[in-house]
Amino acid sequence: MWHDALLVAGKDLRIEARSRVALNQVAPFGVLVLVLFAFALDPDRNVLVRAAAGLFWIAVLLSSLLAVQRSAGIEGADGVSDAQRLSGLDPAGIFLGKAAAVAVQLALLEVVLGVGVVVLYDVDVNGVLTLVATAVAATIGLAAAGTLYGVLAAGLRVRETLLPLLLLPVVAPVLIAATRASEAALTGLAVEVAPGDWLRLLVVFAVVYVAFGVVAYGMLLEES
Amino acid sequence: MKRGTSSALTMTLGIAAFLSLTATVVVGLTLPKTIEQGDYSKLIAIHPGIAWASYVALGVTALASALWLWPRTRSITYDLLAGASAEVAVVFTSLTLITGSIWGRPTWGVWWVWDARLTLSALMLALLLGYLALRRVPAESDVRARRAAVAAMLAVLVVPVNHFAVTWWRTLHQGRSLTQLTPENDLDGSFIFAMVLGFLAMTLVYAWLTVHRLRVARLEESLVDEDLELALEARRREAVLT
Repeated sequence: MWHDALLVAGKDLRIEARSRVALNQVAPFGVLVLVLFAFALDPDRNVLVRAAAGLFWIAVLLSSLLAVQRSAGIEGADGVSDAQRLSGLDPAGIFLGKAAAVAVQLALLEVVLGVGVVVLYDVDVNGVLTLVATAVAATIGLAAAGTLYGVLAAGLRVRETLLPLLLLPVVAPVLIAATRASEAALTGLAVEVAPGDWLRLLVVFAVVYVAFGVVAYGMLLEES
Repeated sequence: MKRGTSSALTMTLGIAAFLSLTATVVVGLTLPKTIEQGDYSKLIAIHPGIAWASYVALGVTALASALWLWPRTRSITYDLLAGASAEVAVVFTSLTLITGSIWGRPTWGVWWVWDARLTLSALMLALLLGYLALRRVPAESDVRARRAAVAAMLAVLVVPVNHFAVTWWRTLHQGRSLTQLTPENDLDGSFIFAMVLGFLAMTLVYAWLTVHRLRVARLEESLVDEDLELALEARRREAVLT
């Protein structure tokens, strides 16, 4: 399973390294979202600083939709999905590999957007460790849930419109938890629920969806 | 094959639902005004009941999806039941939000507050709409059933996480309605009676709607099969003629 996962992740990342879709399209989109937030909110009155954590995670969420769609899309062309089924690769391995590739891309995207938030919104970063832990847990959860819904919607003609409707309500708790956890680290303010609790929630989310994906991905591959 | 969705069971169920609903409305409207909420407190007859029915509907969808996924109990009926119950769940969840807003306006002063339970209900509605949108994508019944069952399980998994997330995020709603039934509550007996009657009425209405919807879905399925057979028959006749 782990060997298959590495193979698939390597393949997806190699495709990305050559096509640069995430780098040339998804990352600029994320930064653009950050800029648009500044247009929508008043940058002079500290609104941006206070909302920075939430805006950052919304930008990540929207970009992750694109990343997931891309990840599922590269399997759709040239009968790759059939080839994948015939290849004898462990479906759980395929799932872990694809989710890992998405997670790596999202993590890099988060670094770019994080720099964007610091530069554009003038935010001071206090708790780097909390931020990194939050980002890791949230990214794994997003990648796992996204990969599952990506393959679920992959074969459908309405996938572009259906995926956000399916995925966004599911990852809503990730947005809430990641925002609260990183808010504390960014603003340094005391919060009612400690960042540790939010972090635990993110970990639970990630574990649940990774486990479900390992079990159920084969079933979703079979269908199309 | 009998065409229609009515039977002795649904007739009885329908009449029981109608009677209990009428009783709920009558009892609810005759409830006394309260000092804080005036006439709006009468909503206790229907709002908790509707919310309860939406949970029941979700539970049935989740259970039916799980039964479909379990190889030993796999049957098209469970898939159709999951879909039927989800559609009714959308109705009840929407009604929960609507009656809640009507009640919230005089009580909290606003139509909508970012309270844990309201947010959770809104998220549930979004999940349900996504699930139904997925079901509506044309596919063979077996493929559709698998897709829908997995999507339902995925959505069910997120409910507890959602619950904690929104509860820690905001909490304003009064305690759970059912806990009001414990002896030390300060709610007047007539209110409790109306609320329990509402629970019963909404459960019956839910069951009645779902059974009918399930039968409609079965008829739709058989229609597809029949059309296919007719088309095959027609092609065969053409072949014989030529």
